[in-house]
Amino acid sequence: MRESTGERWARRIVLSLLTLFVLAPLYVMVSSGLKPLRDVQGAFTWLPSRVTFQPFVDMWQTVPLGRYLVNSLLVASSAAVISVAIAIFAAFAISRYRFRGRQLFSVTVLSTQMFPGILFLLPLFLIYVNLGNVTGIELYASRLGLTITYLTFSLPFSIWMLVGYFDSIPRGLDEAAQVDGAGPLRTLFQVILPTAVPGIVAVTVYAFMTAWGEVLFASVMTDENSRTLAVGLQGYATQYNVYWNQAMAASVVVSIPVVIGFLALQRYFVAGLTAGAVK
Amino acid sequence: MATTTAPGPVRPAGRPAQDGPPRPRGRRTVRRTYLPYLLLVPAALLELGIHVVPMLVGVWMSLLELTQFHIRDWSTAPFTGFENYRVTFDFGSATGKDLLHSFWVTALYTTLSVGFSWMLGLAAAVFLQRPFKGRALLRTLFLTPYALPVYTAVITWTFMFQRDTGLVNHALDQLGLIDGANPPFWLIGENSFVALLIVSVWKSWPFAFLCLMAGLQNVPPELYEASAIDGANFWRRLRDVTLPMLRPVNQVLLLVLFLWTFNDFNTPYVLFGGSAPRQADLISIHIYQSSFVTWNFGLGSAMSVALLLFLLVVTAVYLLVTNRRREHA
Repeated sequence: MRESTGERWARRIVLSLLTLFVLAPLYVMVSSGLKPLRDVQGAFTWLPSRVTFQPFVDMWQTVPLGRYLVNSLLVASSAAVISVAIAIFAAFAISRYRFRGRQLFSVTVLSTQMFPGILFLLPLFLIYVNLGNVTGIELYASRLGLTITYLTFSLPFSIWMLVGYFDSIPRGLDEAAQVDGAGPLRTLFQVILPTAVPGIVAVTVYAFMTAWGEVLFASVMTDENSRTLAVGLQGYATQYNVYWNQAMAASVVVSIPVVIGFLALQRYFVAGLTAGAVK
Repeated sequence: MATTTAPGPVRPAGRPAQDGPPRPRGRRTVRRTYLPYLLLVPAALLELGIHVVPMLVGVWMSLLELTQFHIRDWSTAPFTGFENYRVTFDFGSATGKDLLHSFWVTALYTTLSVGFSWMLGLAAAVFLQRPFKGRALLRTLFLTPYALPVYTAVITWTFMFQRDTGLVNHALDQLGLIDGANPPFWLIGENSFVALLIVSVWKSWPFAFLCLMAGLQNVPPELYEASAIDGANFWRRLRDVTLPMLRPVNQVLLLVLFLWTFNDFNTPYVLFGGSAPRQADLISIHIYQSSFVTWNFGLGSAMSVALLLFLLVVTAVYLLVTNRRREHA
């Protein structure tokens, strides 16, 4: 099928406009991070008057970015690893067994995705505060509390994506292992997990991204010590000055790990995210 | 998917299954029956603890007079029945009027954001169907906003929308579209709604693109060949081949985008810093304000429950309508 001249031009124009739209903030983020402070405090310029890496140095001092970074790393990676570990068992059950309540479980878990975050936030806030008062377990304003909260956010999607990956592994493999005398759990660990490694990695990165980018709970459920990047990055707007160049530099640093992880694994994401939607 | 490699012969010959360790029959049956439930326990407990129980507590909270005096120990908060709901739905009072206003703002915001995101996603997916030089690069670039943490993207937009130091006014001035001596404000007043919408579309359309691109991969090329032979032009092909084939993807995609956008908190919170201008006062921000700033958690909960009920009804109606249409098709 040939592409007509009109279509070719439409394609070029539409794709060029979309490229500009997507690139504008990315360009501002990167180029402003390389500008001296007076550049970002004056009228906008497309190019820095002088390229400097100073914002990337100063940003660690203006706000305790190091601490926020460590908090975010700890919370996001533990939430990701634990939620995927839990999702693996659930997904195995859903993919490989037909049992009463299977449909109900899937629907319930997935539908929690539609509930407004604000609806859990208030009660969870009070439950955490009260639990702390009664039992002494610090969940409010602690990394532990945030981790537990976040790992449930990515859980439904992780289960959903993993069911898709597991379903694509032929049943013949399970049966062969069972004929060899392997029980269900050995089948899971020795047959299914090794085969699904790329999918599991993609789901882990997805869970990490979810926690890394969460704002609402981070802004209520943290204090100065447990604050994550999502809230901490707003600290570049101080009472006296807005350090836009440092805010942009910090944004670049914060974005790089997830963008690289996502782009490296996008093939598996596309497969996993759409497995349910397309069928 | 390319991830499943053929394993070759899994089992070396000469080891019949009966050679496995003998297992008591009863134990095996029990494991068979209970194993799936056992595997679901951790996930179910967490969902219960962090989602289901807080939701029930939220419903209970909405029946209490839960103000700053009772936060420390909310079991002492007086039970007020449906008083919070009465206040929520009393559209004659200031509280109810503001809530209704923010509901309409959110409805308009959601409609426009989902509409534009879907259109941009569809345009990109359709135009990237045909192989050409640079296609892989564009595909990756278009997915980048989806990968970026929300707050870094929104902080960058905040900077771009600054009146005197931002890219937006600078570019508009260079194009001669605004008076450079007196540039408009974007983050306060009328324009704040437009600014919020632009950021939201920028953030959401890549997800639509991703889903629609995957959906298009399932369209057999012969359908296009056939319609081309019939002399169908671009729009006819879009209407008669592409859109009908995308219907199942669209059904899920539009629902998900709707729910995400209607509940969106992050974009306005980071863009406006917690208290949005009236023109862009989305419902989640409004509830957040009512709860955490004025310290009336009972009222905030009642508003949240009302929001949830609204979303449930819309979702149920949507699913009924789309499923019926599918059955009739």
